[in-house]
Amino acid sequence: MDFKPLLLWSDILLWAMVAGCVALAFYCRRQDYLRRAWRRVGESGVAMSSATILAAFVSVGLLDSLHYQPRLPAQEGSTEAQYAPEVLSALDALVADLRLNKEKTYSAPLATHAFAKETMERDGVQTRDYPRLKWGGAHLEDVAGRDSDLARRAASGAFYGLLLWAAVVGVAVGLMALARGAPYGATCRTVWQPGTAATRPIAWRAVFATLAVLSVIGGITAAWAAGYHVFGTDKVGQDVLYLSLKSVRTALLIGTLTTLVTLPLAVALGLIAGFRGGWWDDAIQYLYTVLNSIPGVLLIAAMVLMMQVVIDTHPEWFETAAERADARLLALCFILGLTSWTGLCRLLRAETLKLRELDYVQAARAFGVGDARIMARHILPNLMHIVLIALVMDFSGLVLSEAVLSYIGIGVDSSMNSFGTMINAARLELSREPVVWWSLAAAFVLMLALVLAANLFADAVRDAFDPRFQWRARRVVKKVAA
Amino acid sequence: MIAYIIRRLLYAIPILIGVNLITFLLFFVVNSPDDIARMQLGAKRVTPEAIEKWKAERGYDKPMVWNAAAPGVAKATDTILFDKSVRMFALDFGRADDGRDIALEIKSRMGPSLAIAIPTFILGLFVTVSFALLLVFFRNTALDVGGVVLCVAAMSISGLFYIIGGQYLVSKVWNLVPISGYSGGLDAGKFLILPVLISVVGGIGASARWYRTLFLEEINKDYVRTARAKGLSELRVLFRHVLKNAMIPILTGVVVVIPLLFMGSLLLESFFGIPGLGSYTIDAIGSQDFAVVRSMVFIGSVLYIIGLLLTDISYTLVDPRVRLN
Repeated sequence: MDFKPLLLWSDILLWAMVAGCVALAFYCRRQDYLRRAWRRVGESGVAMSSATILAAFVSVGLLDSLHYQPRLPAQEGSTEAQYAPEVLSALDALVADLRLNKEKTYSAPLATHAFAKETMERDGVQTRDYPRLKWGGAHLEDVAGRDSDLARRAASGAFYGLLLWAAVVGVAVGLMALARGAPYGATCRTVWQPGTAATRPIAWRAVFATLAVLSVIGGITAAWAAGYHVFGTDKVGQDVLYLSLKSVRTALLIGTLTTLVTLPLAVALGLIAGFRGGWWDDAIQYLYTVLNSIPGVLLIAAMVLMMQVVIDTHPEWFETAAERADARLLALCFILGLTSWTGLCRLLRAETLKLRELDYVQAARAFGVGDARIMARHILPNLMHIVLIALVMDFSGLVLSEAVLSYIGIGVDSSMNSFGTMINAARLELSREPVVWWSLAAAFVLMLALVLAANLFADAVRDAFDPRFQWRARRVVKKVAA
Repeated sequence: MIAYIIRRLLYAIPILIGVNLITFLLFFVVNSPDDIARMQLGAKRVTPEAIEKWKAERGYDKPMVWNAAAPGVAKATDTILFDKSVRMFALDFGRADDGRDIALEIKSRMGPSLAIAIPTFILGLFVTVSFALLLVFFRNTALDVGGVVLCVAAMSISGLFYIIGGQYLVSKVWNLVPISGYSGGLDAGKFLILPVLISVVGGIGASARWYRTLFLEEINKDYVRTARAKGLSELRVLFRHVLKNAMIPILTGVVVVIPLLFMGSLLLESFFGIPGLGSYTIDAIGSQDFAVVRSMVFIGSVLYIIGLLLTDISYTLVDPRVRLN
C-alpha cells in the first residue's frame, strides 16, 4: 500500500457524529411531529440554501478528516515499509498542487510576480525587481497575457462547473421521480414551480440555485487554482486558499464536537434536577450557578492554561505533531463544552418541571412506571425540540469564539490551521506598506459564509420547531466579547 | 427590601466558595506546583533545586490543605489553599510573577477600563434600542426586512474583523485618530473614541434583533391597542408604552453586565494598547501568570454575582408587580 490510514481521535468522533446525525434523521422520520417540523424547515428557501452552503462546508471538512500517512520511498536494503511522520488528509491529496507549490513569501491574489523586490542578476547587471513566482502564472510566457488567460480559465471553469451542476441536478430529479413514481417531466415541473401554500413543496429550487452558484464559483476557483494562487500566499509562501480550506475542518469540529460534551451534561442534569427535585435539584442548581458566575472567557482561559501544562509535561503521549494538535483541539472542545452546558441545562430543567406535572406523566407514575423509564419515555422526547434548537443555535457562536480564543492565545494549537490562527498571523499585515489584505479577506469571506449560513439555518430551525419560545441569543461569543 | 438584599448576599457566599474551590482545583490539583514550575522554567534549567527555589519564591512550597508540621491554627492557615485561595475573600491577591502587588495593579488599571466600558455601554444601549425601535416603527416594510438582514449579517462577522477593519480604515487610511495608545486626562478622548465606536457597531447586530423581537411581542398586546384606540400617535405608543414594558426583559440582559464593566474588554484593550484590566488579563494569559488569572476569575465572579443582585433590585424599580420575597 502506498499509504497507511490513520484515524485521529477527532476523526473518529466526527464520523461518529455523522453517523449520529443519520440516526437522528431516521428517528425524526418516524416521529410525526419532528417530521412535520423538518418539513417546515424544508419549505423555507433561505433555510434550504443555507443548508446547501453548510453541506458544502461539511463535505470539505469530512474530506479533510480522512487522514493517512504517505509511504516513504523504500530505503536500500530495507524491506520494511516506512511511512512519513507527516499526516495528510484526502483533501491534501486532492489539492496537492496548492499544498506543495509554495512561494518564498507574500504574493497577491492571482499575481505573477512576488510582492517584494529582490536583487537579481539580469544580463550580468544587478537589478532590484519583482521576481516571477515559482508557481503563480509560471506557465505564462508573457505576463501581459495574464488577464486573457484568467478570463479563458474562468469561462472554462464556469462551463465545467455548470456541466457538473446539470449532471447532479439531473440525477437528483431522476431519483426524486423514481421515489415518487412520477414521470420525469412532471417531477421537473413540480421542482421548478414555486410552491403554493396548499402544495407546500420542499424548496428544491433554492437548493439547485445555490448549487449552481456554488459550482460556478468552485469551477472558476479550481480553474484559476490550477495555475495561480487564487487568494495569494502568506508570509512563508503558503497558498492562502489551501489554508482557508484546511481551516474549515477546525471550525466544524469546534462547532460540533463541543456538543458531545454539552449534550449529555445538560440533558442528564437538567432532567434529574427537574424531575427529582429535592436536594438533587439544589445540588445541580448550585453547580451551574457556580460555573455560570465565572465569566466564560476567564474560565476557558484558566482551563486551557492548565491543559497546556498537562500536554507540555507529557510529551510521550503523542507520537506525531498532528496527534498533539488533535488532542489540544479535543481538549478545547471539551473545555468549551464544560463551560457552555449551563444555559441549556437551565432551560431543560424548567421544561421538565412543567412536564412532570402533566396528566400523562402522572398516569405513568400511577401505573408504577419507574423514574428512569418515565424520564426516558415520556419526558425526554418532549425535550428533543429544545435540544435540537440549542444545538443548531450554538454552532455559529462556537465557530466565532474559536477565532477570538485563538487570537488570545488559548485556542487551537498554533500549528493547526484555523480561522483564528489565520487572523492572528495576519493581523499585523494591514500595517504593512503596501497593504497585505488577502489573508484577512479570505478568512473573512469564508467565516462570514459559514457563520451566516449557520445563523440563517438556525433561525429557520427555531421557527419551525418552536416559534413561540423566546430564544435569547445564548452564545459563547457574547460572553467572550464582553 | 434590606432583608432581601442581606439574604441574597448570604446566598452569594456558598457560590463564591464554590468558585474558589474550582479555581483551587484547577490551578493546584490538576497540575501540581512541580509541573507548573517545570514548564515555566523550561526544559533546560530544570533541576530539583531550581524547582524548589521557584516554588519558595511564590509560596507554593507549602502543603496543599493541611500543614501537620505547623503549630496551632497555622496547621490550617499555613497552606496553599489558605494562602492562595481563602485570602482572596479579603481581596488579598498576592503578587504577580513580576513581583508587583496584584490588588494595586488592579486598582490602577480600573480607570482606563472603565473609560472605555462605560461610554460603550451607554452609547451601545442607546443606539441598539433606537435602532430596534426604528425597525419596529417601520415593521412589515422593506426597511424592516433590510434591517433584520443587516443585523443577521452583522452578527455573523467575528468581532476581530470589526476591530481590525475599523483600525485600518479610521486610523490608517483616514488618519483621524491614533492607531493605539492611551493617556490620562482629557487627552484620552482621541484614544477612546475609536474603540468605543467599534464595539458599539460590533454589538448592534445581535442585540438590536433581540430587542426588536421583544418590542414586536409587546406591540400585539391589548394595552397597545387600547392606547392606539385612544388616538395616541404611533411614536407616543412606541416610546411611552411599548418601550417601557419591553424594558423589563432588556434589563435582565443589561444590568448583569454593569459590574463586569470593571473587567474591561479583552480584545479592544489589547488591540488598542489601553492599559486596563482586559489587557492585563490577556498579558497574564500570554505569559502564563497563573496568580493573575486566578485573581481575575475570582473578581469576575464576584462582580457577576453583584450584577445578579442588581438585576433583581432593578426589577422592582421598573415593574411594580414584582415583589422581592
